[in-house]
Amino acid sequence: MGTIWFCLVAIMIAMYVLLDGFDLGAGAIHLLVAKTDLERRQVLASIGPVWDGNEVWLIAAGGTLYFAFPALYASGFSGFYLPLMMVLWLLILRGSSLEFRNHVKSAVWDPFWDFLFCASSILLAVFFGAALANVVRGVPLDATGYFFEPLWTNFQLGEETGILDWYTILVGVLALLALVMHGALWVQLKTSGAVNDRAKRLAGHVWWGVVALTAIVTAVTFQVQPQVKENFVTWPLGFVLPLLAVAGLAGVAFELRKHEERKAFFASCAYLAGMLTSVVFGVYPMVLPARNPVYSLTVNGAKAGAYGLKVGVIWWIVGMILAAGYFTFVYRSFAGKVEVESDSNGHSY
Amino acid sequence: MNEALNVHRLHFAFTITFHYIFPQLTMGLALLLVYLKTKALRTGDEHYNRAARFWARIFGINFALGVVTGIPMEFQFGTNWAAFSKTAGGVIGQTLAMEGVFSFFLESSFLGLFLFGEKKLGRVGHWWAAFLVWLGSWLSGFLIVATDAWMQHPVAYRMGANGEIELASFWGLLLNKWAIWQYAHTMLGAVQTGCFVMAAVGAFYLLTNRHEVYGRTFVKGGVLVGVVAAVLQLAPSGDAQGKMIAQNQPVTLAAMEGLFETQEGAPLAILGQPDVKNRKLDNPLVIPKMLSFLTYQKWGANVRGLEAFPQDEWPDQIALLYFSYHLMVGLGTIFIAVMVVAAFLLWRGKLYESRWMLWILMIGVPLPYIANTAGWMTAELGRQPWLIYGLMRTAQGVSPRVVAGNAWFTLIGFMGMYTVLGILWLFLIYREIEEGPGPDEGDSRIEARISVTAD
Repeated sequence: MGTIWFCLVAIMIAMYVLLDGFDLGAGAIHLLVAKTDLERRQVLASIGPVWDGNEVWLIAAGGTLYFAFPALYASGFSGFYLPLMMVLWLLILRGSSLEFRNHVKSAVWDPFWDFLFCASSILLAVFFGAALANVVRGVPLDATGYFFEPLWTNFQLGEETGILDWYTILVGVLALLALVMHGALWVQLKTSGAVNDRAKRLAGHVWWGVVALTAIVTAVTFQVQPQVKENFVTWPLGFVLPLLAVAGLAGVAFELRKHEERKAFFASCAYLAGMLTSVVFGVYPMVLPARNPVYSLTVNGAKAGAYGLKVGVIWWIVGMILAAGYFTFVYRSFAGKVEVESDSNGHSY
Repeated sequence: MNEALNVHRLHFAFTITFHYIFPQLTMGLALLLVYLKTKALRTGDEHYNRAARFWARIFGINFALGVVTGIPMEFQFGTNWAAFSKTAGGVIGQTLAMEGVFSFFLESSFLGLFLFGEKKLGRVGHWWAAFLVWLGSWLSGFLIVATDAWMQHPVAYRMGANGEIELASFWGLLLNKWAIWQYAHTMLGAVQTGCFVMAAVGAFYLLTNRHEVYGRTFVKGGVLVGVVAAVLQLAPSGDAQGKMIAQNQPVTLAAMEGLFETQEGAPLAILGQPDVKNRKLDNPLVIPKMLSFLTYQKWGANVRGLEAFPQDEWPDQIALLYFSYHLMVGLGTIFIAVMVVAAFLLWRGKLYESRWMLWILMIGVPLPYIANTAGWMTAELGRQPWLIYGLMRTAQGVSPRVVAGNAWFTLIGFMGMYTVLGILWLFLIYREIEEGPGPDEGDSRIEARISVTAD
């Protein structure tokens, strides 16, 4: 039952990254691909009706993690206290800038929120990458089952790690590039004209960076977390997951060249899903590896009571079918390229 | 350790108090939006659709702030209250996870459609979008209240091998009788906020001779729904809540009422300041025997005072608890009076001309916010010193590794950020009200905006 919930939480986190990933990416490139007010409204309209729903995946995944693995939630969230609070602040700033921008028409109002939206999106992408890297690298858990990580120590991978070290920063940069690519592919899919051109070109350029960093990070990760190698050796079938990532990455370049806008975006989804599931597969059965492997939190050590997990499966399945229904309906309703010419509200009708 | 405990408590108290400014209006307005959309559908009058669009804009701003200030609440269970989460996560994680899975997906999906998809959905489809936003927000309210109700009155659990609390019955958790009554009380409070806000905006328009057709619709809608909610708030929901507290948290009841001595025919304190050190109420204004009657329906019933309980089980903020409770009850009584008189004037057809009543409705708008906040403070301060009543003390629940300095750092960060958000919220809501729902006939404001851009 623990392993089932491990997979379910992983699916929810992957959904979050795929969905909120594109609107974070769109935010990160906002100032780069959109120059005029009209163009910026195009970018905003492409995510306007959906970003809030995308972000719900984070809340739902967090809640599910809490319910299925209370000990992990307690230990991880209090240990990552400072960076999580900063993530919250960035989410607040980002949500506010999206909501507030189009309420006032002024030469000082819009640019301020555009800048804040862009900056908070970039920082969030880096933070999420670094957070994932912290989990992979392991944290200074001890016998009490708790830890507290400062923002940084000496940037080395020693016993007393900080949130930021060379490895987590590296992964943070990869996350930013990957989401920039993902976001650019979303924006080109949803827009036309100059924004579409710039987004396509940007995705093509960033692709090289993603390829290079993916290779480097993968190589380094095998050194940093020995469990990853062990798992792939034990269950060779797991290689399907990194293959999915590679295929996705190849697909992005291929489809971009053919101007298949939709397929290019889905290829990027495959890349992100492949990368994430590879990582999750690599650390199993740990849910939070410790620097000293004795203290690592595992699926069995962190899971909640058996009865609760069992009823949870039932309502989770019902809830997910409903959510899939809503999302299909919403994305269908807002399908196609956004049109902002006839509207100053920042949203397509 | 003690300093850290206090900062963590303040951290949660500050962020939840600020957060709850938004959902109470969201949940109340969601119901009123269904009311307006139903009117539009049944009468076919475009006036109600335009009125709904105006409130939808205010709803949107308010909802966004509710979302961004709500995410920190879920996180804080893990960041600041890790020991509590580790112990009780198997139970309260259920309701919190269900909130994300069942209500937030519903709410956010259909709010997007409600705000941006009116033309695509058509008249009936748009009514459904409004209805589902209402359903999502009220479901969310229930799951949060059920979480709190379990902490107030833990049921359906068993102790696990390592001291953690496990869920024993799913339906037992959801159908906790405490949750049912607390939910009714909370939602009626939210509806009153929505009604007071809608009526206040309407009264403002009528008093300033602007958008008068809308002003009448808003005042009427606010008063009609508001009078029902205000009365139901007292009985059965408030009354039932009080009896549950008397039965399950008698020491809390004594502290709320400022009753230090156990006595037969206990009086009900209307005014007075608790002097906890000397165990008495200063400057008391009381109704003799009333507390005994309200609690046990007997004038001479014996009500236990604080002295009947060991002092380490007393709530630790008795004076604040006492004032929160009295403020809530006092304001609730005023709401009934205001709404009943307004409804009477509406029935007699005199409300729109009664400027004094419109003034009261207009300037009364902060009061339901205060009453709702005071009500939650009563519930949460009243539960002290317990985090889970009778099972876990608040002092045992904090994160063991997060020192006071780090908690202060983030608390100050939240204070700064929320001050700015609060100012922006007031500014944007004021702008929407200033701009108004548009002319009563002809184009809506959105269409008007298009012509401006086209120039």
